[in-house]
Amino acid sequence: MRGATQARWAACAVVVALAATACGGGGSSSGGGGANGIVSSSWGDPQNPLEPANTNEVQGGKVLDMVFRGLKRYDPKTGAADNMLAEKIDTKDNQNFTITLKDGWTFSNGEKITSKSFVDAWNYGALLKNNQKNAYFFGYIDGYKDVHPDTGSSTANTLSGLKVVDDKTFTVKLSQKFSLWPDTLGYPAFAPLPKAFYTDHAAWVAKPIGNGPYTVDKYTKGSSMSLRKWDKYPGADKAQNGGIDLKVYTDNNTAYTDLTAGNLDLVDDVPASQLKNVKADLGDRYINTPAGIIQTLAFPFYDKKWDTPNGAKVRQGLSMAINRAQITDQIFQKTRTPASDWTSPVLGVDGGFKEGLCGAPCEYNAANAKKLIQEGGGIPGGQLKISYNGDTGSHKEWVDAVCNSINKVMGNNKACVGAPVGTFADFRNQVTQQKLTGAWRAGWQMDYPLIQNFLQPLYYTDASSNDGKWSNKEFDGLVDKANAESDRARAVSTFQDAEKVLVAQMPVIPLWYQNGSAGYSDRISNVSLNQFSVPVYEQIKVK
Amino acid sequence: MGRYVIRRLLQMIPVFFGTTLLIFLMVNVMGDPIAGLCGDRACDPATEAQLRAEFGLDKPVWQQYLTYMGNVFTGDFGTAFNGQKVTELMATAFPITIRLTVVAIVFEIVIGISLGVVTGLRRGRPVDTTVLILTLVVISIPTFVTGLLLQLLLGVEWGIIKPSVSPEAPFNELLVPGLVLASVSLAYVTRLTRTSIAENARADYVRTAVAKGLPRRRVVIRHLLRNSLIPVVTFIGTDVGALMGGAIVTERIFNIHGVGFQLYQGILRQNSQTVVGFVTILVLVFLAANLIVDLLYAVLDPRIRYA
Repeated sequence: MRGATQARWAACAVVVALAATACGGGGSSSGGGGANGIVSSSWGDPQNPLEPANTNEVQGGKVLDMVFRGLKRYDPKTGAADNMLAEKIDTKDNQNFTITLKDGWTFSNGEKITSKSFVDAWNYGALLKNNQKNAYFFGYIDGYKDVHPDTGSSTANTLSGLKVVDDKTFTVKLSQKFSLWPDTLGYPAFAPLPKAFYTDHAAWVAKPIGNGPYTVDKYTKGSSMSLRKWDKYPGADKAQNGGIDLKVYTDNNTAYTDLTAGNLDLVDDVPASQLKNVKADLGDRYINTPAGIIQTLAFPFYDKKWDTPNGAKVRQGLSMAINRAQITDQIFQKTRTPASDWTSPVLGVDGGFKEGLCGAPCEYNAANAKKLIQEGGGIPGGQLKISYNGDTGSHKEWVDAVCNSINKVMGNNKACVGAPVGTFADFRNQVTQQKLTGAWRAGWQMDYPLIQNFLQPLYYTDASSNDGKWSNKEFDGLVDKANAESDRARAVSTFQDAEKVLVAQMPVIPLWYQNGSAGYSDRISNVSLNQFSVPVYEQIKVK
Repeated sequence: MGRYVIRRLLQMIPVFFGTTLLIFLMVNVMGDPIAGLCGDRACDPATEAQLRAEFGLDKPVWQQYLTYMGNVFTGDFGTAFNGQKVTELMATAFPITIRLTVVAIVFEIVIGISLGVVTGLRRGRPVDTTVLILTLVVISIPTFVTGLLLQLLLGVEWGIIKPSVSPEAPFNELLVPGLVLASVSLAYVTRLTRTSIAENARADYVRTAVAKGLPRRRVVIRHLLRNSLIPVVTFIGTDVGALMGGAIVTERIFNIHGVGFQLYQGILRQNSQTVVGFVTILVLVFLAANLIVDLLYAVLDPRIRYA
């Protein structure tokens, strides 16, 4: 019978264990309700230190959007670049700009924001030795090549194109005409920085000080950040809640589980595996709105096989062989929209988005697709290999679906195959080292809602993200012309003319526009995502 | 005994250098970490060169390894890509994983050994059969299934626990994840103990002990169990290292920011400093656990002596 007592003892241990856990459960971090209520939101560990000019991914960008306000801010609904700290930005020739600041803005530590706060921050961001990953944002400003040469060390410490006139005014000289340049100033890289950033950099990075509607209350790197409403915030977009608690999740599935269990208020990345249940779980508390992201298939033009006179026909044919509607429905559960141009719906019609600009080459047509590919001399090398990284983003599913679609059209099971690469870093490495000889998955998340940003960095000759090294004189000429155009509407339509060159040449195949998807608890309301698929935190209301 | 320990410690040195070198080479083979740092766009060449120099990636691998090992001995494990010192990451990750491992090991010892003794003494009886079937079930179900199932039932449906562990990860929140982590090993511990007990139950010294008229409790615990524990201790000892490094699945499911999570992120971001640093510590844990296991043999079985 002694064995039985031991078994009972063991069973008791389990019961005690579960009971103790029960004590640990419950008791969420929710503070009060209403204007002082705290919203808890999912977060991912930022990849880079949180500096405005060094943050290039969504997770860090989220924080910057709460802690900083720049000269301009993109309206979360329309995407229009509205003046924030800028009183006015004047120019006569689209190359020399005079920027005047509004009165009454300070950093949360009380320091007044002057034109020097901007000029110093931009000089810091551009200077090579500071290793800022977004330095290229300052590339249009005169003197950039001196502070940030492609090779060797810098010959100047400050941008010659920046001049402080007085506390409220500074001037900017660009190295070329760029009429839409003021509209780029809403990007966080252009945020002003307080003196504390330079004097005690380590302390600043540990707990950033900015001028936005929130201040950083507590930051535990890699696990959580508490942001609290800044009561003295001078802007019109004051926080309508008491603060935001960002929690790092190891897996977005766990964040979603926490949301359904009532431990979390907001998830801004609904995992693909939960998309089937999300309607049943959350009802209308699920958001699925377009974001400024487009996914494409890119080709290696540095490889002779692909850079042929008839190659455009093959690429157009491949594009027509992809059944976009079916893939976005079945694999992405409508969180993607089939692409029919090279921009994004978030730009709006005035901003340059034109549905159907691509026309027939982006529509599924099995018969014509096969004909075009054969006319163009067939798929180079007889087989299309689509490379992707297998570690994140469930790319395998859609790449296989795309290949399946192409294979069906070609009537050949081997016409297209997926070529997975282990990690994202290795994948990017192969792309930038020009090691890929087939197609690869490419994606573009806009920096600012401008049609220029969807075209120039990607397809202009030798542009920073023109990984396939495509080059076309006509396209380059039209982009130059559009940038020099002083009238906004005419600039946009000239960019669209440039886009029409892409239809004819098909340097990359547009696949679909990506949506931002989010879900929230019934504790909060007025939740929306901006064009960057980041929640508009300051507008969230707590019940 | 003392000489034996010293010999073992000396043996650890080449093992330590060998494993760290292997890890270092493997991480380097995976490709260029800087390429992934700038997202879907390429870093500009000048910044890339700067970053490469900052992380010492512009030097040949052997030189990187030597510098790295040199720094390790001064307690400097380098810097992760997000600007945090790797030692800082370790200081937050290891205590959490150690807590999780302790919970798991305690479950293994308490439940596993008790069940093993009970079933070993009652071979072929209903209790034995039931436990055998149960352990078979546990072994055959992958950890992520048990983890997600328990998370769904206890966390979401019944609301007994929080589905995710908070960043501080106190003991009480780690009980269910610990049980999930321990589950498979627990089943093995039960089966190992059962077999060992059943085998030794007919040994001469047990018969002698019974014949001496010792109380049954004393016979079972002092004589039978102590001798039967050797294979079990070996298993648990190696399991300590396996649990600490292999908790990635459990840590992901329950949102535990421990060693597994850091390693996973380090590998995703190809951050050699993080990966090599963490693995170096794990190697040390493995070596130490193995040494302790070997020393425990002598404690358990007086016939085993080390010179």
